[in-house]
Amino acid sequence: MKSASDSEIHGVHSAGIAVAESAGRAPADQTGTDTAGTDRAGTDGAGTDQQVSRQSLLPLQVTALNYAVDNRLLLRDVHLEIATEGITLLLGHNGAGKSLLLRQLHGLLTPSSGSVYWNGQSVDDVTTRKQQAMVFQKPVVLRRSVAANVDFALSLRSIDGKALGNADRRDRRDRRDKLLQEANLLNLSRQHALSLSGGEQQRLAIARALATDPSVLFLDEPTASMDPAATAAIEQLVQAISQRGIKVIMVTHDIAQARRLASDVVFLHRGTVTDYRSAADFFTADNSQHAQNYLTGQL
Amino acid sequence: MQSFQQSFAHAWQLVVTGDATLLEIVLLSLRVSITATLIACILGLPLGALLATQRFRGKWLVTLVINTLMGMPPVVLGLIVYMLLSNAGPLGWLQMLYTPSAMILAQTVLILPIVAALSRQVIDDRWLDCRETFQSLCVPWHRSIFTMLRDCQISLFTVAAAGFARAISEVGAVIVVGGNINHLTRVMTTAIALETSKGDLALALALGAILMTIALLVNAVVLGTRQRLMA
Repeated sequence: MKSASDSEIHGVHSAGIAVAESAGRAPADQTGTDTAGTDRAGTDGAGTDQQVSRQSLLPLQVTALNYAVDNRLLLRDVHLEIATEGITLLLGHNGAGKSLLLRQLHGLLTPSSGSVYWNGQSVDDVTTRKQQAMVFQKPVVLRRSVAANVDFALSLRSIDGKALGNADRRDRRDRRDKLLQEANLLNLSRQHALSLSGGEQQRLAIARALATDPSVLFLDEPTASMDPAATAAIEQLVQAISQRGIKVIMVTHDIAQARRLASDVVFLHRGTVTDYRSAADFFTADNSQHAQNYLTGQL
Repeated sequence: MQSFQQSFAHAWQLVVTGDATLLEIVLLSLRVSITATLIACILGLPLGALLATQRFRGKWLVTLVINTLMGMPPVVLGLIVYMLLSNAGPLGWLQMLYTPSAMILAQTVLILPIVAALSRQVIDDRWLDCRETFQSLCVPWHRSIFTMLRDCQISLFTVAAAGFARAISEVGAVIVVGGNINHLTRVMTTAIALETSKGDLALALALGAILMTIALLVNAVVLGTRQRLMA
């Protein structure tokens, strides 16, 4: 049954897909990317070994999601279906609910009502959760060496059913070094993590998240308060991650960054998804009034 | 009563000559308080980490009780332990009363809430930063506790030092359960109280000086360890 809010989501109508059954779905051919998970697998050294075993968690289906705190409705009747690989960006002004929605999608917050399903499995399912990882706006690093931070995450997951805690030390070291190499931190592996710059700490947080071999990576404003060089380094890393077939869902305020990275864009206004469409369409076609105001700096 | 100057001179003599009675008292004090601190840390640090990182029914009540016990007068605690260990008490069969073991037990119970409450506070502050990352990584609860203890180890050294300082400086609990028996349960604080009441200020002063020196050394070790770990 189609709800009022479904029909208000811009991009769905223009895409001409079945709104009633899949509100908010952006068609794969409009995302600007291929299904990177299969086509691009094996092109990256760090990801090759893991590509074989990684299973897509898509589609993501969010149905009638509401989230309230102290009787304040912060997310309202969110319907969303994301079936495409690539980088999905959550855009919106401060307080729109982007970070809240991201946490709901990852299962860190429980919705007041509604549901979040990944490939038909509830987000509360432990197996589903373990195939996801999240990096936060403020990088959190453990008070130990750079290498030990990645080792910590490696010890939490298994590869091919073999517990990494008992795995051969050389295998783990190789995997860790590949991750640090990818994050351009290998030469700093013995340094204390707290001695790194903000950008380096964020890249370490991303490398540590990748150590869990996720199918989906959530990024909550990973470049906030960073200079252009640090921002560029993280953007390159995010693009490389996406090309390995890992679905990336990222929150940002930076419209220019969204233009550079996004495959598709979810726009939120006051806790409601008002637009979901491919990036090419979002930045060129008619959007909701709220999205247009945001893009033209009127909000 | 000896003059102030005479007392200091005599005290200094006792220290530099390594008086056997003095040495015995100091060593017993260290043995009792270090053992109590170790046991309290083994129990209290994970308990503090558990309270900081996990949610469970009754957590609020446990936290309240531990925080309240931090301020418990040592003599009251000594009385409770005395009743537990006396022949008529539930632990009377252990025959621990008036032994160093009873003093260790009393000091452990005395400083356990301090170690647990302070470590909970230290780890709680850090956990605010790490909680979502750990949830995202699906870190098991026992790994969360272990990792937080390791992550906060520098601050937890200070917590342990605070516990030791409380243990070695208290007199009420050990005098009730230990009885201040010469060559058996006499420690620095009980000896200072006794010698002062007898008017033997030299020994009391010597013990006081050693007590302060130990406190100084413990703080120096903690400070040095902190600086080494932070470097």
